[in-house]
Amino acid sequence: MSVSNVSSSVVPGVRDVAAAAGAGAPPLIALERVSRRFVKSLDVATRIANTLGAKVREEIVHAVDGVDLAITAGEVVGLVGESGCGKSTLGRLAVGLLPLSSGARRWKGAPLDGLPPAKAREFQLKMQMIFQDPYASLNPRMRVVEIVGEAPVAHGLIRRRQQTEFVGLQLNRVGLDPTLMRRFPHQFSGGQRARIGIARALAVKPEFLVCDESVAALDVSIQAQVLNLFDDLRGALGLTYLFISHDLGVVQHISDRVVIMYLGRVVEEGPSREIFAAPNHPYTQALLAEVGKVEAKKRTFVPIKGEIPSPLAPPPGCHFHPRCPHAMPRCRVEVPPLDAIAPGRRSACWLNVTAA
Amino acid sequence: MSADPVAVSQGTAPATAPAAPLLAVLGLRTHFFTKAGVVKAVDDVSFTLAAGEVLGLVGESGSGKSMTGYSLMGLIDPPGRVVEGSIRLKGQELTTLPAEKMRALRGDRLAMIFQDPMMTLNPVLRIDHQMTEAILAHRDVGRAAALARAREALVRVGIASPDARLKAYPHQFSGGMRQRVAIAIALLNEPDVIIADEPTTALDVTIQGQILYEVQKLARETGTALIWITHDLSVIAGLADRIFVMYAGKIVEEGTTEDVIDHPAHPYTRGLLDSVPSRNPYGQRLKQIPGMTPSLIALPRGCAFRERCARADAMCEAMPETTAAPSGRAGHVMRCFHPLA
Repeated sequence: MSVSNVSSSVVPGVRDVAAAAGAGAPPLIALERVSRRFVKSLDVATRIANTLGAKVREEIVHAVDGVDLAITAGEVVGLVGESGCGKSTLGRLAVGLLPLSSGARRWKGAPLDGLPPAKAREFQLKMQMIFQDPYASLNPRMRVVEIVGEAPVAHGLIRRRQQTEFVGLQLNRVGLDPTLMRRFPHQFSGGQRARIGIARALAVKPEFLVCDESVAALDVSIQAQVLNLFDDLRGALGLTYLFISHDLGVVQHISDRVVIMYLGRVVEEGPSREIFAAPNHPYTQALLAEVGKVEAKKRTFVPIKGEIPSPLAPPPGCHFHPRCPHAMPRCRVEVPPLDAIAPGRRSACWLNVTAA
Repeated sequence: MSADPVAVSQGTAPATAPAAPLLAVLGLRTHFFTKAGVVKAVDDVSFTLAAGEVLGLVGESGSGKSMTGYSLMGLIDPPGRVVEGSIRLKGQELTTLPAEKMRALRGDRLAMIFQDPMMTLNPVLRIDHQMTEAILAHRDVGRAAALARAREALVRVGIASPDARLKAYPHQFSGGMRQRVAIAIALLNEPDVIIADEPTTALDVTIQGQILYEVQKLARETGTALIWITHDLSVIAGLADRIFVMYAGKIVEEGTTEDVIDHPAHPYTRGLLDSVPSRNPYGQRLKQIPGMTPSLIALPRGCAFRERCARADAMCEAMPETTAAPSGRAGHVMRCFHPLA
C-alpha cells in the first residue's frame, strides 16, 4: 500500500490551497485523511457456519478512503463524481452527520472531534446541509413555520414568540411569500420546497453549507433561479459552500474549485476554470467528454467503457484502471498518489509521475 | 420489420416527407376531470413522425409532455380521458380502438421506456421470464425462439454475458443495466415507435452517454422512430432531428434541432436555453425565467406564458395560433405574437 506516499503529498497540497486564497489563516473547514467504512457484520448463522469452516468474511465498503479536503472561507467547492463514488458520504462527514471511521476534522484550525457535547453543538450549527430531494427532506406533517423555525427555537437563537416573525424574514430572504408559512410542504412546488430547505438550513445562521445535489430534482428554469439564489446568499451572508453534484454544467457554473471523486478517493482537484479547460486525470477527461452541450448538434455519443465497479470489491491499484484507456501494468498494482501537478492542482495518475 | 431503407432516409428530412407519416397526431386533447376543475394536460397537440426519426419533446414538469406520451400509448387513467383529436399509426386510428386491440398494439407496434426502470421491471420475476412474456404475448412462437430473441435484444443494448444475465433478477442489475434491460424489452417486438419518457434522467453521465449511444445506433439501424421526452436540452440537442417545446399543454415551438436551438422564436424556448448553466459563463448570474410553471387548473387567459414573459402585452390575452417562425424555415412554427427574430 502506498499510504505513506499519499500522506507525504497531502500536506503541501492543503497549504497550497490556503495560500492561494491569500489569507494565511487556516481553512474554514479541513478534512484530514478522513475515511468512512460501512461494515456489514456477520449474523449468528454465518458465525456458526464460520466455526465449521465456511470462511464468510465481513463485507466492508470503503465509502470514503483517506480523503483530504480543505475549504477556505468564502469559497465554493464543487464535488463531482458518479453515484456510489462516496461524494454524498464525504458531504455528510464534512457536516458531521456521519462519524468518521478515521481521520480528523478541523474548524478554523481547531479540531472538532472529542469536544464536549455543548461545544460540539455550537460548532455543529455553523455547518448545515441542504438535501437532494425537496420532497423527502421536509416532514410532510409539519407546517413551514415549524420546519424552518424549529431549530432556531430549540437551540435558543430566538424565543418561541419571535418564531413567526423570524420565519417570515427567513422565507423572504429565499424568495418565498411569508404568508404561506402556515402551509404544509405538499402545497408547494418543487422549486418552492427547495427554497424551504434552504431557509431551514439558513435559519440557524450557518457559515458553511453542504448542498447535496440540491438542484438535481428541479426543472431547468427553476434550477437557474435556485442557483442564482445560492449565489446571492453567498454574497449577502458570506457563506462557504461544498456543492455536491453529478451535473458538471452546474458545477462549472458555480464553483471556484472542483474536486473529482472516484470510488471513495479524490482523483483530481484544482481551480474550476483550469480543470474544465485542461483536465489531467483520464477519468476527469472522460467525465468532461460526456457533458451535454446544448450547442452540440447530432453528436455521436462515445461511451466510456463499463460502469463504476462495486465498492465492495474495488479493483486494486488505481480504482479507475479497468475503464482507463491509458492503463499501464503499474496502475493495476500501486495506488497513484494525489500529487501537485501545478500550483493549486493535484491529480492522482501514474501518467504524471512517469512523465515527470 | 420496419427497417425500410427508404423510410430511414425520410427520417433525416422530415419536413419534406408529407406522404403518409408513420404517426400522425391531430388536435389531441387529454383532459383530467378533477374535483378542483378540468386540467387540460394536453391541449391541442398536433405533429407527425416519420420512420427512423428522433423527435425531442421538451418541457418542464407539468407541461404535458409525459401525458402526451401516455395518450399515444393509451395509458390515460380516469379521471383523465382523451377528449378530442386523432392519433393515427400507419393510417390506423388509435383513439377509437377497443381496449383489447390497443393492448395488442402496446408492446408490439408501440413501446414505452419509463424514467424509472424499476417501474417497468417486476422485482420478483427473472429477466428471462419478463422478456419472453413480452414476446409470447404478441407473437406465436415457441419458448426457445422467444428466449433466443430475448438474448439477442440484450446483446443489442450492449449487455455482456447475456446468458447469465437472463437468469438474474432486476435487483442484481445496476441502474444503468436495468435501463438497458427496459430498452431491450421495448425493442423485443421491433416496434414502429418507441416513446422514451426521461429514460436517462436518473442515470450517471457516463452511463447516460452509453445509453444515448445505444439508442442512437438502434434508431439508425432499425428505422424505429423515437419520441424522446425530456426536460434536458443538452441531451436532446445531440440526439433529435426535430424538437418540440411544450408549455402548459401546448406545443409552443417546433422545428428542426438547428432551428430551435440556434434561432429560438418563442420567448419560453429562449428562456429555457438561457437557463442552462453551461451556456452561462462562470461567475455570472444565470439568466432565469421569473415565476414558475402555472397551475393547469388556473391558467392565465390567452398565452399561458405571458405572466413570465418580458415581451408580453395586451395582445397576449388572446391565444396565439400556430404560425411560421421569423426564421422562415420550413416546418419551424411557434405560438407567439411577439417572437424573437
